Amino acid sequence: MTWLLPHPLASAVLLALWLLLNTTMSAAHIVLGSAVALAGGWALHALEPPKARIGRPGAILRLFSLVFADIVRSNVAVARIVLGLGGRERTSGFVNIPLDLRDPYGLAALACIITSTPGTLWVKHDPLTGMLTIHVLDLIDEGDWLRTLKGRYERLLLEIFE
Amino acid sequence: MNRTADIPAWAEIVTAALVLLGATITLIGAFGLVRMKTFYARVHPPTLGTTLGTGCIAMASIVYFSVLQTRPVLHEVLLVLFVLVTTPVTLMLLVRAALFRDEAKSEAGEASSSAIE
Repeated sequence: MTWLLPHPLASAVLLALWLLLNTTMSAAHIVLGSAVALAGGWALHALEPPKARIGRPGAILRLFSLVFADIVRSNVAVARIVLGLGGRERTSGFVNIPLDLRDPYGLAALACIITSTPGTLWVKHDPLTGMLTIHVLDLIDEGDWLRTLKGRYERLLLEIFE
Repeated sequence: MNRTADIPAWAEIVTAALVLLGATITLIGAFGLVRMKTFYARVHPPTLGTTLGTGCIAMASIVYFSVLQTRPVLHEVLLVLFVLVTTPVTLMLLVRAALFRDEAKSEAGEASSSAIE
C-alpha cells in the first residue's frame, strides 16, 4: 500500500481540498479528486521531503498574529512611500542577517513572512553560513532590522520547528 | 439573474467598502511598480496587492456569501493562503535573476576597466 499512498495525510488533504473547492460530493469529482490526490502523493514522494517537526501551537498562534499585524502596518508604510507622503529622503538597501534557524520548513516559513511583508524582500540565503540577505525598501537602521527579524520571527520559528 | 436584492443593506455596504478598499490598495501597489526607480525597489509595492489587497477582497467575498448562505466560505481562506505561500517562489526567482545579472555586469565592468589599465 505504501507505493500507492506514500503520503496518506497529504493525499487525504488534497482530496478534501478538491471536493471543498468544487463544493460537491458527486462520484465524478471524487474519482477526479482521488486521481489528483494520488498524483500529488507520488510527486511529493519523488521530491523526498525531509521530515517536518512542528510543535507549540501557542507559538504558532503568536507568530500568526504578529505577522498579521506587521503585514497591515507595512502595507500602510509602503502605501505612504508610493504616494509620496512622509516627505523625508528614503534609502533602500541590503541587510545581512546571520540566522540560527536551519530547519528547511522554518526557513520556508520565514521566506513567506519576509516576502509577504511589503517593504522587505528575501534576496538570498547561504545554507552553509546561515547568512540571510534581505532587501529593505525603507532602510533607516540596519541593526534595527537585525533585531526585529531575529527577536520577533526567528525566536518563534525556532520554538515551532526545532 | 440578479440576486443582490436578497441581501440586506448593511451587508451590501460592508461588501462594497471592502472591495473598494482592496482594489485601492492593489492600485497603489501597481502604481508603485511604475513609480519606483530601481528593480529592487520596484518589487516591493506589488506585495500590497498580494497581501492586504487580496485580503480585503477575500473578506468582502466572505461577508457576501455568508449572508447569501449559498456555500461554505472556506474558499477565500484557502485562496489567501495559496497566494501567500506561492508569491515567494516567483519573487525569489526574479530577485535571484536580477542578482545574477548585476554580478555578471560588475564582473564585466571590472574586466573592461583592467583591460584599459
